[in-house]
Amino acid sequence: MLTSPFVRKPTSVQQVMFTVLVALLPAVALYVWQFGPGIVVNIIIATLSAVGAEAAILKLRKKPVGLYVSDLSAVVTAWLIALTFPTILPAWILILATVLSIVAVKQLYGGLGQNPFNPAMAAYCLMIVAYPSAMSQWPAAGWMDLSTHLQLIGGASLDAMTGATPLDALRTGLRSGAPVSDVLTHEAFGILGGRGWEWIGLGYLAGGLFLIQRRVITWHLPTAFVGGLIIVSGLFWMANPAHYASPLFHLASGGTLLAAFFIVTDPVSGATTPRGKLIFAASIALITYLIRNFGAYPDGIAFAVLLMNLCVPLIDMKTQPRVFGHKGD
Amino acid sequence: MIAGLFRFKGGIKPETHKNASAGAPIQIAPLPPQLIVPLRQSPRATAECIVVPGQKVLKGERIGLPDSPLSTAVHAPTSGTVVEITPHAMAHPSGLQTRCVVIEPDGDERWIERPTLDYESASPKEALAWLRDHGIVGLGGATFPSHIKAGVDGGIETLILNGAECEPWITCDDRLMRERADGIVAGALILKHLTGAREIVFGVEDNKPQAIEALRTAIHGLSGDITVIPVPSLYPAGGEKQLIRVLTGVEIPHGKLGGDFGVQCFNVGTAYAVNRAINHGEPLVSRVMTVTGNVDKPGNFEVLIGTPVEALLALGQPKADTGRILMGGPMMGFELPRLDVPATKATNCLIATSPALFPPPPPEMNCIRCGACAAACPAELQPFELYWFSRAKNFGKAQEYHLFDCIECGCCSYVCPSKIRLVDYYRFAKGEIWAREREKSAADAARERFEFRNERQAREKREKAEKLAAKAAATKAKLAATSADAPAAADAPAGPDEAKRALIAAALERAKAQKAAVEPKNTDALTPEQAAQVADADARRAAQAATDTAADAPESN
Repeated sequence: MLTSPFVRKPTSVQQVMFTVLVALLPAVALYVWQFGPGIVVNIIIATLSAVGAEAAILKLRKKPVGLYVSDLSAVVTAWLIALTFPTILPAWILILATVLSIVAVKQLYGGLGQNPFNPAMAAYCLMIVAYPSAMSQWPAAGWMDLSTHLQLIGGASLDAMTGATPLDALRTGLRSGAPVSDVLTHEAFGILGGRGWEWIGLGYLAGGLFLIQRRVITWHLPTAFVGGLIIVSGLFWMANPAHYASPLFHLASGGTLLAAFFIVTDPVSGATTPRGKLIFAASIALITYLIRNFGAYPDGIAFAVLLMNLCVPLIDMKTQPRVFGHKGD
Repeated sequence: MIAGLFRFKGGIKPETHKNASAGAPIQIAPLPPQLIVPLRQSPRATAECIVVPGQKVLKGERIGLPDSPLSTAVHAPTSGTVVEITPHAMAHPSGLQTRCVVIEPDGDERWIERPTLDYESASPKEALAWLRDHGIVGLGGATFPSHIKAGVDGGIETLILNGAECEPWITCDDRLMRERADGIVAGALILKHLTGAREIVFGVEDNKPQAIEALRTAIHGLSGDITVIPVPSLYPAGGEKQLIRVLTGVEIPHGKLGGDFGVQCFNVGTAYAVNRAINHGEPLVSRVMTVTGNVDKPGNFEVLIGTPVEALLALGQPKADTGRILMGGPMMGFELPRLDVPATKATNCLIATSPALFPPPPPEMNCIRCGACAAACPAELQPFELYWFSRAKNFGKAQEYHLFDCIECGCCSYVCPSKIRLVDYYRFAKGEIWAREREKSAADAARERFEFRNERQAREKREKAEKLAAKAAATKAKLAATSADAPAAADAPAGPDEAKRALIAAALERAKAQKAAVEPKNTDALTPEQAAQVADADARRAAQAATDTAADAPESN
């Protein structure tokens, strides 16, 4: 005996996740164009590890393996890990991070939809605490061929191939007392932010707008995150432009646009009410800025996201929208 | 005048499938061999049966009397003979039974006398009673008695006629508006008069241009404020509260009625029935219904109330691979557990399903809190939160998040990418909460009864003791008086004791007599074995009583 409704829209979790993967493609393509095919290798490694770990633990948990593996949620996590981690990281760290994010952060909490923390960001935090030096080895700007990439992720140490990230360079430069304008002449910087990274940022922006158009995400989270970052960095910048980088620099650097459209928009671990989304994303932006400028790590998005994940139940509870007919209550 | 349209949040645009039957004119459904007319035609009220088996009835003759304020009369849908009055399965998801009058048609369709009512000169009370006695209820699906809605005492500004018909597949209101717009408008004018409304607004989804055109033609040249407004086709635009919102901007909260806000809403079919009742003297004995889905000949039929569903379905000629049969639309209708049930005043559509048209539900996955349900909810709820609370049986929290504002329209289940049957969880939670409240009120009643009983027993004991004491005192006084008279002073100490003993003996005597009087007397028409058993038991009881008395004897003083 079935109950109403007897019809349903032809959507599925798989379709939602697939749309997210499609939205990541422009950025991946630009990544390859700027830095070489290494990122694709990393994406493949992470995807295989994530799917393998997901299948294994689903089997242990006696859940329908095919149904849940084919929802593609593990693949999305894998891609986000590959895109947020340094590309020349030893492959075993990438594998470890992916397996931990699937097993410990997602499945041990109950699997799809049950994890209180963003799996990719939790993995990032774990790794940056556990392997701080490996996690801050980024490739120098410029194309890297496949064999060099394979050597590097195989564990070879090729110092000449690594460089500081723009945020790192900025931090080091400012610590040495140089004004922002001098620091920005460093080779790591491009037109707006990090050299090469600006282009990838545009790729995330394009993918994010596509997600909004497909109604996979709403405008609230990206807008509040980007807007929050612009406001807080703008205030500091206007107060002392010699010492603080411009809002535009912050937008184009680090994982700002990746986070705006693909990280803070994770529905499972994020706030869900319209007002809650604004508070959630703006708070992440604020914490990110504070960590970038005053904390011990060059980029703070991952920590900011985890901190705000903790606040989600409270935010959701306190921002419940008024329901139909109760507007005056 | 409506200046501009408002919109309600949420809503969905499912495939309408209305083209299947929208082109089919209303046909009169053939007389079935038997009509099964439920005496329960509106919620919370069953009419009192006034016919007996064997009785001849005419079409439109009253067979059930309204016996409560929410009740309406029930009529014979055709002329014929009452065969029996029996409980019969209703069109209900769990096949509940209700008392039905089974009528065998004589095929003549002979009407009773049909006096009409001049509603403009009649008193409002008279007109409302007329509606009740002609069995007029809301034909949009809820079958709420129209005389109650039309009888809201004043304060109605806007009368809305609901022709939105937002559920997929259904076209009966569409056809009615296209073909009988004059009757609908006439009914609307009557309802306007009864409610005292200032303006009439027809709300019709803009996917029914011919219906809108027909209504506009029908209102042409009429004086007064009367308009036909096309509303955007967005399910559930035909929900009463949603339509009121779209047309007037007013939001009616849960538990409140349109009347409280100066708006009253009737289905176009109801308006048509009101017109037939008042201007033509015809009670509500038939309605228009769509038969569609996996059938060769989808169509719209004027159907006598009480026609078995299987006969109606046959009119559409279901295809070979037809599976379940739905009553109502695919969003809010239900699956019929059996097909021998009668069509009622609420039945607007029958849909034959097939695996191709209505694929079986895919497996439920976990909620990913994507919020698609919240975006689709016309009640502006957070359906996924209600889902978590209902699933966790956290009913208090579910109520706090306005579970009872849910209208079960099904939009959330429709859009859920995880294929969660969300509405089922809310039905479960509502059912549990109702059950608990019933249990609680039952427990409260039981506790009150128990406390009352204790108190009564205590009071009786107290009164008895007082009475006894008073009596003893009286006897004592009497005895004292006698003993004072008599010189036998030596007997005096024994006096009170003797009096007590006499009292006890008298009480015992009374008790015995009482016991004999209430001895079980259900000993008529016993078989010999039973008689023997009874005798045996009596003997045992007597023996027991003897021992008991013996055992009690030392304490009896």
